[in-house]
Amino acid sequence: MNLHLSSRDIGIRTLDIVSEMKSLEGPLLPILHEIQAEFGYVPQEALPIIARELNLSRAEVHGVVTFYHDYRDHPAGRHVLKLCRAEACQSMGGDQLAERVKTLLGIDFHQTTLDGAVTLEPVYCLGLCSAAPAAMLDGEMHGRLDADAVDGLVAEVRA
Amino acid sequence: MTVRIYVPRDAAALALGAERVAKVLASEIEARGLDATIVRNGSRGLHWLEPMVEVETAQGRIAYGPVKSSDVAGLLDAGLVEGGNHALCLGKTEELPFLKSQTRLTFARCGIIDPLSLADYRAHDGLKGLERAVTLAPADIVAHVTESGLRGRGGAGFPTGIKWKTVLETPGVRKYIVCNADEGDSGTFADRMIMEGDPFVLIEGMAIAGIATGATKGFVYIRSEYPHAIATMTQAVEIAHKAGVLGTSVLGSPHAFDIEIRAGAGAYVCGEETALLNSLEGKRGIVRAKPPLPAHKGLFDCPTVINNVISLASVPIIMDKGPSYYKDFGMGRSRGTIPIQIAGNVRHRGLYEAAFGLTLGQIVDDIGGGTASGRPVKAVQVGGPLGAYFPRALFDTPFDYEAFAAKDGLIGHAGIVVFDDTADMLKQARFAMEFCAVESCGKCTPCRIGSTRGVEVADKIAQGIEPEKNRELLADLCNTMKFGSLCALGGFTPYPVMSAMTHFPDDFSPAPLVEAAE
Repeated sequence: MNLHLSSRDIGIRTLDIVSEMKSLEGPLLPILHEIQAEFGYVPQEALPIIARELNLSRAEVHGVVTFYHDYRDHPAGRHVLKLCRAEACQSMGGDQLAERVKTLLGIDFHQTTLDGAVTLEPVYCLGLCSAAPAAMLDGEMHGRLDADAVDGLVAEVRA
Repeated sequence: MTVRIYVPRDAAALALGAERVAKVLASEIEARGLDATIVRNGSRGLHWLEPMVEVETAQGRIAYGPVKSSDVAGLLDAGLVEGGNHALCLGKTEELPFLKSQTRLTFARCGIIDPLSLADYRAHDGLKGLERAVTLAPADIVAHVTESGLRGRGGAGFPTGIKWKTVLETPGVRKYIVCNADEGDSGTFADRMIMEGDPFVLIEGMAIAGIATGATKGFVYIRSEYPHAIATMTQAVEIAHKAGVLGTSVLGSPHAFDIEIRAGAGAYVCGEETALLNSLEGKRGIVRAKPPLPAHKGLFDCPTVINNVISLASVPIIMDKGPSYYKDFGMGRSRGTIPIQIAGNVRHRGLYEAAFGLTLGQIVDDIGGGTASGRPVKAVQVGGPLGAYFPRALFDTPFDYEAFAAKDGLIGHAGIVVFDDTADMLKQARFAMEFCAVESCGKCTPCRIGSTRGVEVADKIAQGIEPEKNRELLADLCNTMKFGSLCALGGFTPYPVMSAMTHFPDDFSPAPLVEAAE
């Protein structure tokens, strides 16, 4: 993931991705996933290129990007910590753990620490309801969390 | 003979440290020069014992759990490879009461086989349903499924066979099978487990659906929160393709069928079938008005079967063992088995497949073993964030679509979340409204605006502002949402809210106003 790409680089890489994937049936979501995987977010510069290549309006592409929670409009921190906020995790003290993490990191949900180390996000269910409370750190699953375990996760992202 | 040691690769096991256990085990096996190999299986569903390591012995599989990576050396010292005794030894896996009392039809292989070994799959009765299906006329396959009494396991409970029949009888140059794997309900993980633990059964079920309806292309729409399921399904489809299970000639028959795996993008509402279809088409996940039914005009306006993972994964055994075998399990109009997902604040957390008909009390107290915290059970939410909260007084309700509906609840995708007496039901009701507000697609007003107003009204009740008037207002709002929303998101959000208010009125009679207290 390179955060210092010029608009021109983004344009070239976007065109590559779109060309490669536009023959899929209903290609827009797979393309946006690939773009986010490439850049770490969906850059504004990519949207007109996608729109032109898929014969959509820019408004349509913008509408799709903004509808889905997964697509970011700016890069995340170096780590992304997602805490499950759904009922099964609530029943096992997830709310208190979330407060603890927020305090430890000094940020709220949807925010990134000033040093760019970590972005904190809520997630509504990781399917780990039998191992609640649960979290996902950079794609890795963590279950049966307690205060010690979240302290460990926070230390890991701070390192 | 090389001993097979099983360490699950299921996401729940991984979340509890299975990967580290497997790594340490592998290096210890090498260092000690043991003749043993590690198989990464799915989960057996006894999640409070995960990571659960199993060893194959002459007497059958012996289980150990929950195993930490620091336990591995000690386990090997105790003779793990021969199924030796150890404090973590649970005995024979098959004899574990939680497992032994289940009726595993859909999950027959989950946790037993290597999920990505087609040879393992075949050796455990895999592909028999599809082999049978290719010899039958499409209408006969549909008749089998209809006769089995299988109903949509996603939550709506619509008869699967009727859906298939409609697609079969609708003319179309191109038809689709869409598998709804957008399992977003809290308390549910059956879809995830089967995709990670026995992906070929879903592929087989979809191929049978394709042959039965004349569809040649299938999509599995998996939520992005399930990266392991996406990876396993993607690999399984490749393997199935190479082996001729999928492709231009399914198992050498004249039928063509192929599957593509698609990832969602974090929108709960895409679990609603028409929103899912829009999402697959590359649009905003906005709910469509019905009619037209997806069976008539679904994906790209083509006739489309859209079924939940568990519905499709239950088809192979119906085709293999016959509809009456499946139908003989269950009660009333709820036939067959249902994988109940026991979650939240409960001791024995995991997946329990059983015939319909167990009471909620049996599930929570006997099978689940009460709360994990040891405190009394206060409420049980059945059916995800749109399901009702049940108090102990309703624990005699049998697990059955109609019985739950009669008690103003739903079984949904069969997830149950247990809460102990520290739960504040007003807070839970507020959360239901908040969740609806976050996830609403925005198409219809009762859901989009109603949920936000619902949060505000719940807050007023909590603050003691005209509580009686606001409780009435909340009930009225729920009524509007229930009957005025386009889909289940707005339409069912009233279930948790109203059930919380009806069964736990004390939580809705808050402390007096702060001003009054001062």
